[in-house]
Amino acid sequence: MPVINPAIFDTASPPAHQIESMAWLVMGICAGIFVVVEGILVYSIVKFRRRKAEQGEPVQLYGSNPIELAWTVVPLLIVFTLGLVTIRVIRDVERTEPPEGAMEVVAIGHQWWWEYRYLDPSLPGGQVVIANELHVPVNKPVWLRLESADVIHSWWVPALSGKIDLVPNHTNHLWFVAEKQGLYLGQCAEYCGNQHAGMLLRVVATPQEQFDAWLASQAAPAVDDQSVALGKSIFMELACSTCHAVQGVSDGAFAPDLTHLMSRDTIASGMVPLTRDNLRAWLDDPQSLKPQCNMPSLKLSDSELDAVTDYLCTLK
Amino acid sequence: MTSLHANTSAHASPPGVMERLHGWAITVDHKRLGVMYILAGLIFFVIGGLEATMMRIQLLKPLNDVLTPQGFNQMFTMHGTTMVFLVGMPVLLGFGNYLVPLMVGARDMAFPRLNAFGFWLFVFGGLLLYFSWIGGDGLYGAGGAPDVGWFAYSPLTSKTFSRGNSTDYWILGIMVSGFGSMTTAINFAATILCMRCPGMTLMRMPLLVWMMLVVAALVIMAIPVLTAAQAMLLLDRTLGAHFFDPQQQGSAILWQHLFWFFGHPEVYILILPPFGFVSEIVPVFSRKVIFGYALMVAATVGIGFISLGVWAHHMFVVGLPPWLNALFAASTFLISVPTGIKIFNWLGTMWGGRIRFQTPMLFCAGFLGMFVIGGLTGIMLAVVPFTHQLSDSYFVVGHFHYVLFGGTVFAIFAAIFYWYPKVTGRMMNERMGVWAFWILLLGFNLVFLPMHFSGMLGMPRRIYTYQPGRGFELWNLISTIGVPVQIVGVALVVWNMIRSYTKGAIAGNDPWDAWTLEWSTTSPPPEHNFDRIPTCTSARPLWDVKNPNDPDCNYE
Repeated sequence: MPVINPAIFDTASPPAHQIESMAWLVMGICAGIFVVVEGILVYSIVKFRRRKAEQGEPVQLYGSNPIELAWTVVPLLIVFTLGLVTIRVIRDVERTEPPEGAMEVVAIGHQWWWEYRYLDPSLPGGQVVIANELHVPVNKPVWLRLESADVIHSWWVPALSGKIDLVPNHTNHLWFVAEKQGLYLGQCAEYCGNQHAGMLLRVVATPQEQFDAWLASQAAPAVDDQSVALGKSIFMELACSTCHAVQGVSDGAFAPDLTHLMSRDTIASGMVPLTRDNLRAWLDDPQSLKPQCNMPSLKLSDSELDAVTDYLCTLK
Repeated sequence: MTSLHANTSAHASPPGVMERLHGWAITVDHKRLGVMYILAGLIFFVIGGLEATMMRIQLLKPLNDVLTPQGFNQMFTMHGTTMVFLVGMPVLLGFGNYLVPLMVGARDMAFPRLNAFGFWLFVFGGLLLYFSWIGGDGLYGAGGAPDVGWFAYSPLTSKTFSRGNSTDYWILGIMVSGFGSMTTAINFAATILCMRCPGMTLMRMPLLVWMMLVVAALVIMAIPVLTAAQAMLLLDRTLGAHFFDPQQQGSAILWQHLFWFFGHPEVYILILPPFGFVSEIVPVFSRKVIFGYALMVAATVGIGFISLGVWAHHMFVVGLPPWLNALFAASTFLISVPTGIKIFNWLGTMWGGRIRFQTPMLFCAGFLGMFVIGGLTGIMLAVVPFTHQLSDSYFVVGHFHYVLFGGTVFAIFAAIFYWYPKVTGRMMNERMGVWAFWILLLGFNLVFLPMHFSGMLGMPRRIYTYQPGRGFELWNLISTIGVPVQIVGVALVVWNMIRSYTKGAIAGNDPWDAWTLEWSTTSPPPEHNFDRIPTCTSARPLWDVKNPNDPDCNYE
C-alpha cells in the first residue's frame, strides 16, 4: 500500500489542496516583503556604515509625512488583500454542513488512542465501532464528527485536511475526500498528556467495493473459537474485559475495541506493527512499548501470555 | 556628591560580605532592584536553557529514550513557564526599573517600597514553581514538576488528569509572581505619568519610556485575567468547583479564552520593551534622530490597543464559528501594520546615518533581521486556513522563537551591552561581544530555522519522540546540533559580563555619545540619580546640550 507523504504540500483532498494553493500565495507575498525589508537592511548596513574619513554628525532627518504615510498604507493594502483571501478560503474549508453525499464517521479522542464509529442504520446495532485505523472509500467525501472522551486532542492528517481539535463536551466537524488510494499518516496535534506522541493517525483509503467488504467484516460478530477458551477465560477474569470491548463478550469502553483486532496493521495506536510476537510483548509489558500509557502490565505467566495471545489472534 | 561619597568611604572600614548582602536585601533603590531583576532573570534563563537542551537531546533522533514521556513534558512546561514568567518579564521589568527613573529625570520610582515588594514576590513565585520538583508529588505520589504545558489547557489540568500537586504549584507560583508584575506595572505608570523632570512632556519622553508605559497598561489589564482564571482553576482542583470541567458542564474552551486574553497581550509585553531598546540604540549608533517619533508613539499605543483584541488567533482550530475566526484573523492582520511601521522607521533611522557597528548595534541589526522573519511567519499564521495546517506544529515553535529569541533575547543582549557601562562604570569587551553575536546568530538559526520545515512536514509540537521515516530526522538533527553553538554564545556573553566587572575599561558618564538623560549622570549613578534634577528641552536633551547651534527643540 503506498504511504502518502504527510507533508502539507503533498495533498490529496480538496480542503488540503485549497489550503496548499493559498499557502503558496501567502508565502509568495511574505517572501516578497522579506526580500524588500532584508534588502533595505543589508543595503543600509553596507552603505551607511561609518567611514573613517567622515567627521561630525550626519544630516538629522526627523521624519517625512508622505513616506510614513506610504509605509502605513501599503501594508494596510497588503493585509486587506490577505484578509479577503482568508475569508474566501475559510468559507470553503470550515464547513458547517456536510458535503453532498458524505459518509459520516464519529471520531472520538481518548488518552492515547482513537475510536471511530461508522453510523449506518442498515448495520446491526446501527453502528460499527473500530479503533485507530480509519478506513474510507476513495473519492467519497467524509464528514468526521469530532468528540473527546477526556482531554483535548486534535485530528491532523496533513495530506487530507488541516487539523481540528476534539474538545470534550463540544462537537466539531472536519471533512475531506481521499483522492488517492493508500495509507495516510498523521498524529494528534494537541498536547494531551504523557503519550501525546503515541497517538498516531492512520487513514486507509480503498476503492468503494473493498471498503464495503471491509465494513461488512467489521460488522460481523466476533469469532468464537472453542480451541482458545482458556485465553478467553483469562481475558474475562483479569482486568482486560473491564476496559476492552469484544462484541458479544465484553463491553469495556476505556480502551480500543478488540472485536476484529487482527484486521489491523498496528497496535498501540499505530506505534508497533501487529504481529504475534509484538502482541505477546505488548501483553507482557505495554509500558516497554508505549511508556506511561494507561494499559498496565498484568504480570501474566508465560503460559497465560500464550493463551491470551492465542485468543486475541482468533479475533480476525 | 561623588566627593562626599569618597570621603565617607575613606574613613569607614569597607563593609563586610554580610553587610553588603543585607544592603541588597533591604534595598528600595530602583537601580539595585533593576539589577537584581536582571540577574535573577538571567539565572532563570540559564535554567530554562538547560531544560530546552534536555528536550533537544531527546529529539536528536527518532525513538530516543533519554527522557521519559512525562520527563519531557515537564521539561517543555517548565521551559515555557520559566522563559515567559521568570526570564522575559523580570529581565524587561528590570531594565525598566533601572532605566525609567533615570530617563525621565526622577530620583526613584514613585513607590520604592512597593517596587521592592514586587521584586521579592517574583523571586518567591519563581522559587515556589521550582519547589514543585520536590513538593509536587503530594499525597498521591504522582507528580513532580508540572507537565501540563505553559498554557495549561483544561481539562488536562483537572484533578482527574493531573494528580498530585504539581499543577497547584504552577498556579500558585505564577499567581504570586503575577502579583509582583502588577505592582511593578502600577509603579511604572505612576512614575512615568507623575515624576517626569521639568520640560519632559509626554511627546519628549524617550521611546523606551513610552513603550514601558504601554507595557504597564497591558500588564494591568492582562495579568488580573490570568490570576482570576488561575483562581478558578484552583477552586476546580481543590474545592470541587467545575468552571473548566466538561464532565460537569464546565467549559474547556473558557479556559483558553481567559488564558489567551492574558496570553496575547503578554507577547507584546515581551516584545514592546525590546522595541524600546532598539528605538534607543539604533539612533545613537546611526548618529541620527529616530525617524518619525510621533508615528512610533502612535504605533506603540496602537499595538497596545489592538493586542487586547487578537487573543482567539491562538484558537483557530478549537472549532469557533467561522465568522469569529475571520474577525480575529482581521485584527491580527491589523496589528502587523503598526509593527511594520516600527521596522520601517528603524530602517529609516539607519538610512543616511553613519552607523557605528559596535556590539549593541550588531545585536540590534540581528534583531531587525530575525524579527522580520518571525513577523512574516506570524502573518502566515494569521491566515486561518493555513493555520489549520500549521497550528500546534513545529512551525509555530519556530515562529515564536524568531520573535522571542531572535527578537526579545537579541534586543536584551543589545541592551546589556549598551547599558552595562552605565550600571557598572566599565565597558564590556568589544571583541568578545562581536564573537558572541556571530556565534549566537549562527546557533539561533541552526536551532530554529529547521523547525519551520519539520512543522510543514507534519511534526506536531510537544511530542517527546517521533517515528522514523516521516522526514523529521534531518531537521531535528540540525536543530540539536545548533544547541551547543548557542550555549557557547550565551556563555561568552555571561563571561564577558563577569570579567568586565573588574577588567573592563573605565566607561565614563557617556561612552556612546548618547542623548537621553541617564547618560548625563555618573556611571554608576549615585543613589539619588542626579545631583540636580535635569531639565528637558526636547526628546533628545543631551543632543541639545552637545549641539547648541542646532538643537532639536528648533524642530518640535
